[in-house]
Amino acid sequence: MMEELVRMVRITKRFSNVVANDSIDFTLYRGEVHGLLGENGAGKSTLMNILYGLYKPDDGEIYVEGRRVYINSPKDAIRLGIGRVPQLPELVESLTVAENLTVLLPGLHASSGLDYILEVARRYGISLDFDAIVYHLSFGEKHKIELIKGIVRGSKILILDEPTTMLSPWEVNSLFDCISKMRDEGRGIVFVSHRIPEVLRIADRITVLRRGRCVASVTRNEVDEHELVRLMIGTDIDRHTVRDRVELGEEVLRVEDLHVLDDMGGEAVRGVNFYVRRGEIFGIAGVAGNGQRELVEAITGLRDVSRGRILIKGEELSSPRRFRLYGSHIPDERIGLGLLPSFTVLDNIALTFYKNFSNNGFIKFNELKLHTERLVETYDVVTPSLGTLAGKLSGGNIARLILARELSSDKDLIVAVHPTFGLDIASTNKVRKLLLELRRKSAVLLVSEDLEEILQLSDRIAVMYGGRFVDIVEADEADPEKIGLMMSGVMGS
Amino acid sequence: MDYITEFIAMMISASTAILLAALGEIYAERSGVLNLGVEGMMAVGATIAFYATLSTGNIIIGLLSASISGMLLSLIHGFISITIRSNQVISGLALSMMGLGISSLIGRNLIGTPLRNSLGIIEVALLSDIPVIGAFFRQNALTFFSYILTAILWYILFKTKIGIAIRMVGDNPKSADSLGINVYTVRYRCTLLGGALAGLAGAYLSVAYTPTWIEGMTAGQGWIALALTVFSAWNPLYALIGSYLFGGIRILQFRLQPLGLSPPLLSTLPYLFTIISLALLNIEKIRWRIGAPQHLGKPYHREEA
Amino acid sequence: MKVKMIHGLKIERREEPGLPARILLKVLAVILSFLFSAILFAISGIDPWYAYTLIFVRSFTYSGLAEITTKLIPILLCTVGLIVAFKAGIWNIGAEGQLLLGAVGATWIALFVDVYDPLRLPLALLVGMIFGASWALIPIILKVRLNVNEIVSTLMMNYVASGIVDYLVYGPWKGAREWGFPYTDKFPDTVWLPLIPGTRIHWPTLIFGVFSSIMVYMLFSKTVLGFEMKVCGQGRKIADYLGMPYGSRLMIAMVISGGLVGLAGVGEVCGVHRRLRYASSISSGYGYTAIIGAWLSGLNPLGSIPSAFLLAFLLTGRDIIQVSLGLPFATSNIFNGCILLSMLVVEALGRYRVRWGRWTI
Repeated sequence: MMEELVRMVRITKRFSNVVANDSIDFTLYRGEVHGLLGENGAGKSTLMNILYGLYKPDDGEIYVEGRRVYINSPKDAIRLGIGRVPQLPELVESLTVAENLTVLLPGLHASSGLDYILEVARRYGISLDFDAIVYHLSFGEKHKIELIKGIVRGSKILILDEPTTMLSPWEVNSLFDCISKMRDEGRGIVFVSHRIPEVLRIADRITVLRRGRCVASVTRNEVDEHELVRLMIGTDIDRHTVRDRVELGEEVLRVEDLHVLDDMGGEAVRGVNFYVRRGEIFGIAGVAGNGQRELVEAITGLRDVSRGRILIKGEELSSPRRFRLYGSHIPDERIGLGLLPSFTVLDNIALTFYKNFSNNGFIKFNELKLHTERLVETYDVVTPSLGTLAGKLSGGNIARLILARELSSDKDLIVAVHPTFGLDIASTNKVRKLLLELRRKSAVLLVSEDLEEILQLSDRIAVMYGGRFVDIVEADEADPEKIGLMMSGVMGS
Repeated sequence: MDYITEFIAMMISASTAILLAALGEIYAERSGVLNLGVEGMMAVGATIAFYATLSTGNIIIGLLSASISGMLLSLIHGFISITIRSNQVISGLALSMMGLGISSLIGRNLIGTPLRNSLGIIEVALLSDIPVIGAFFRQNALTFFSYILTAILWYILFKTKIGIAIRMVGDNPKSADSLGINVYTVRYRCTLLGGALAGLAGAYLSVAYTPTWIEGMTAGQGWIALALTVFSAWNPLYALIGSYLFGGIRILQFRLQPLGLSPPLLSTLPYLFTIISLALLNIEKIRWRIGAPQHLGKPYHREEA
Repeated sequence: MKVKMIHGLKIERREEPGLPARILLKVLAVILSFLFSAILFAISGIDPWYAYTLIFVRSFTYSGLAEITTKLIPILLCTVGLIVAFKAGIWNIGAEGQLLLGAVGATWIALFVDVYDPLRLPLALLVGMIFGASWALIPIILKVRLNVNEIVSTLMMNYVASGIVDYLVYGPWKGAREWGFPYTDKFPDTVWLPLIPGTRIHWPTLIFGVFSSIMVYMLFSKTVLGFEMKVCGQGRKIADYLGMPYGSRLMIAMVISGGLVGLAGVGEVCGVHRRLRYASSISSGYGYTAIIGAWLSGLNPLGSIPSAFLLAFLLTGRDIIQVSLGLPFATSNIFNGCILLSMLVVEALGRYRVRWGRWTI
């Protein structure tokens, strides 16, 4: 049974001055699900990108079925029978589902090979509308397309990169059924994740990475949850955040019968009503693609409202500038919106502070520099200097830089979208504590796909599905299972 | 031939160059490469075609050498924008400048030389006698070729896997790459096709439309072709229709002259029309953000975001 | 799968090169384009050595340098103007047209408006700037309001501007004393810009050009407005996200840009020609040359002075070989294109380090 499919030996990969993979060994056997566990930034994705030919290792060897191979591009990987399902769908949104898939197969005409695709989908119980334009699909559906791509490509080896990140509990179940089926067929499956319970549920063997190194490689039965947490993080960290009671203040944000269109003219938000008061965190739970993005863009003035209205401190929102007067916004699009990669660290902080440090139209850069130094230190942003281009920073530091700028600006309303995405556990805890602290003086609107985060922080929780709020519940009365079902659209209020 | 049919026939022949160039640019841009060098490639194509036809006496050789010269120039642009991932806008502008310069350097002795053999008008029996429609069948060979090419390029782009691959590379190169499509190869091929067709478009001007060589004979038609690419929403069929609009304006310019309007002012009509048409088009389009390849003008590198 | 290992040159990324390295790379680019153009000259039967010697010998004389300085003035103003636009993320390819409109504005004041004579020159300068700025404002309004790509629209407007100038000089503004030439009448001396004696250097414009490059430098490194323009140049969505007034900042940038370029047009008609002539003789491609200037100076306004000098030298060289070798005017475009292309290549090379290493294929 223990027939070796992949052996990666002493893999090392550096990005400028960061060692992402430090001499990692990894083995995958036929007919197993191998959990690759680690925090964000531990080097899991880098290792798998090397196996898939997206990155070239600086050092190390790869063997597939015992033969030494050089994987220089995904094309080489595919030829070796390696498939991959990326964390975020990498589809061409303007094409149909069928076009995205048939291009994998030989034949000249656009639809040749569709029969085979349909056959695969049926065999693994994946249902999809193959004529739909990808743009119109939900995140879960896009993920299914990626899964089919992976199955078609990965005849022997399939890499699943954080496959459950944005799926509803219901969708996770059917994904796991599909994985079991493939394991039984004798494929080797790498299940990359930072979610310990899921890894324990599906994996046969588990490899744990920490800061670019392999710290353990064990079978499922040798470990328990506590042991894995310790391996993954290094120490026992108290993951629980205590939410105390805060006195509620006046209403800061009010949304009435809001309707918003998406880029293609479809209605993404279909009549949403809510309010957020000073002193509370209002959490919006939901699977991506159910209108949260458009809702947030409307509230922050980035997208036109087609019907209904948004009031901030009693005044109707008329322009993005109006929002900025009272609000700060941590967007989910980090690079390019939250942060300008071609600007320096200093200029990126200046983006919202330049007016506070100006005099007669001139920017007082000396004072701004001192302020930036303080922020960079408080928020643990690791940067060679304030003059470094922000695009050169690592993902975690980019996230912290945006948080530093947006959370320190002392506004009445904070709109935070996936504020802890891409952060390690220590930083995540810090940000969560900070948000709880900030609600003492501000109103906080929290949007996250991470249900745990929503439950931990929110005072009230709205569940969004299909552009509507299925229900709004008080945190004390929230039942995680019920919320999970509402997120899947299985259950109404 | 009645007045309308004659007008349409002239309109079509005035639009073939813009159409050919736009078809090529549609492919380049669909694959994500913005090539602002069309004007320069057309200018070189016009000169090379004229020169080659004059010295060999063979039009086919003239057309081929124009296409090849366009391809060579686009190769420079491809190298700069695809391989070394530099600024595509600047590279395209530079190509336009260089093309105009090369064309006037090579062509300096060609001014006023008559071309003995040029592409003549072919009349398709019966079809060319139909009023109005007949205008389409009373054209030179290159114009007939442009009809067929439009259909072929449309079919490839939207109905075959080659087309899907091109659109994938332009919309989401990362996705295309992870599917095993070679982003660089696709982009190079499309850029070269764009160059070849721009060269051919120039050749059309010098050996078919005029047929003579004067300095600066492209007169901004390459830029208009770029505008047409946007106007057509990167669809070869719409480019065909759009090119007739632009061609019509060119003809109108000559038709209005006898009315006593100033020639320099009339000469601004095609350019004004281009600006106005883009503006009118976008009043609708801005709402749905249709069309533009998502990664147009953005270089691709695997290990970078 | 076939596996091959060879040793060869391996290319690696490195950090951004420093300022001295960047300047060195640009010099290298200029040298490269001299070499490349030489090859093209040689192919078309012109001895490049002869041509280059001619250019250098004739340029570095008193009259040659005076001519270079005269040409430097419009290039400098256009370059600084374009830097403002480029920094604000606007591809203003329309300097040629904005310059012509500036010339039209000045001509209108010089010949057709009744004003108190001592005010005529300042007014001509002002109106020229306004005309240039207004011409630049049209494409930016179209971009901000209707999302019209400014590369195409500014370019198209160059052709329209040159049509307008030709219309004027062949038609309503055609001079009574010019025997059929497409010129206006000579301007009254009240709108002449003062010259350095014995040259055509209209020094007030030159001083203004140098002054403007310093001001623009200050604008972008020290002021709120400059910072906002730079940020808005990153795109509308970013401006909206930060609550910055995208449209107004882009328009201000384009007004400054067009105004400076328009002033270059005033300088040409009030300082050099002293009349309006047909379009291609007013601006011999200064607007396009300035694109190279802006890129050559790395969008640093202070770098525009040496860049403008180099380009003025090249244009003077063009005139020299045009006369001596009978080359068409547009031939110099080869050189312009070469500089830009080699600059792109050399800059890209600067981002990499080449070393000997192992390749796996």
